[in-house]
Amino acid sequence: MHIPDGYLGPATYAAMYAVTIPFWAVASWKLNRTLKAKQAPYLAIGAAFAFVIMMFNIPIIGGTTGHATGATLIAILLGPWAAVIAVSAAIIIQALLFGDGGITAIGANCFNMAVVGALVGYGVYRLIAARSGVASRRRVAAGAIAAYVSLNVSALLTGIELGLQPMLERSASGQPLYAPYPLSVAVPALALEHLLLFGIVEAAITALVIRYIQKNDPDMLG
Amino acid sequence: MRNYESKSENKIMRNENRDRKKNLTVRKLWIGVGILALLSPLGIIIPNYLGAGGAWGEWTLEQITKISGFAPEGMKRMADTWKAPMTNYAVPGQAAGPVHSSLGYIVAAIIGISATAGLMYLLTRLLVRKDGSSKHNQQARR
Repeated sequence: MHIPDGYLGPATYAAMYAVTIPFWAVASWKLNRTLKAKQAPYLAIGAAFAFVIMMFNIPIIGGTTGHATGATLIAILLGPWAAVIAVSAAIIIQALLFGDGGITAIGANCFNMAVVGALVGYGVYRLIAARSGVASRRRVAAGAIAAYVSLNVSALLTGIELGLQPMLERSASGQPLYAPYPLSVAVPALALEHLLLFGIVEAAITALVIRYIQKNDPDMLG
Repeated sequence: MRNYESKSENKIMRNENRDRKKNLTVRKLWIGVGILALLSPLGIIIPNYLGAGGAWGEWTLEQITKISGFAPEGMKRMADTWKAPMTNYAVPGQAAGPVHSSLGYIVAAIIGISATAGLMYLLTRLLVRKDGSSKHNQQARR
């Protein structure tokens, strides 16, 4: 889901930066008001977790690979705005040091995986968890469903952004200038693999860690 | 009076216990991240074993030329916008083969984890320092 340089035309990548920067600003403002120094280690761990979990490429036999992002899990444990910043930090390092995701696409990739990933994940989690107890099974189920939904919304958006390119950017002779596949190809390709496999892995990881936290440090879910 | 003192002592002890527990949690979580770093080569070995390629929509210029039959002009111009020092999570110049690529992947994981955690820690410190409530906390502690 890391869009490389050259896949999004200037109009799209500039627009995605313009959409993402206000979310970074709101997240910074929220954290500025609520964050305490002793929380710093947890945020660093959250960002590091997002980075390393994305290195676990999950294969579709004979096909493509994908990965979980940890965005929902981090949002549940550290709060949605902290998760926006933490997952963004991971994506920025991936682009700068490892060429995973483009520099021009940092806005788009952070919007898809960090902003949408964390906020949708957290919203769905709160909706389902409602007032259930910290140690309840319902919290685990809420986390799993939220993670599944959130990763799939991220994938759908990525598919739409890529699929719009042949419509938006064409050469004089009508050839696509950037990502060449239309919506009818890009959206099903990205949506299906996440619906059928990667979303389930994201849900399982989220459920397992929530179960672990319930047993070992339930305060984190308070 | 004595009752009050023992109560406040209890409270201090409880706070110390909580801090110790928090530190233990932080350490446990870091160990978890460390284990993930050591296991990270599974993220290249298993896909390789099962014949899975890269992610959809993350092809190189050569790959996309092969798949779609042409190299989009804009993509050609932009593909090399940035030259990352450790492209593909590999140590530059590492030898071929599963052992070297696994070791390179672990090195990349450790560097990436450190850089990400460092960046996040820096951002957090920046955000907290300006925070009125944390200043208030410091005064209250004194």
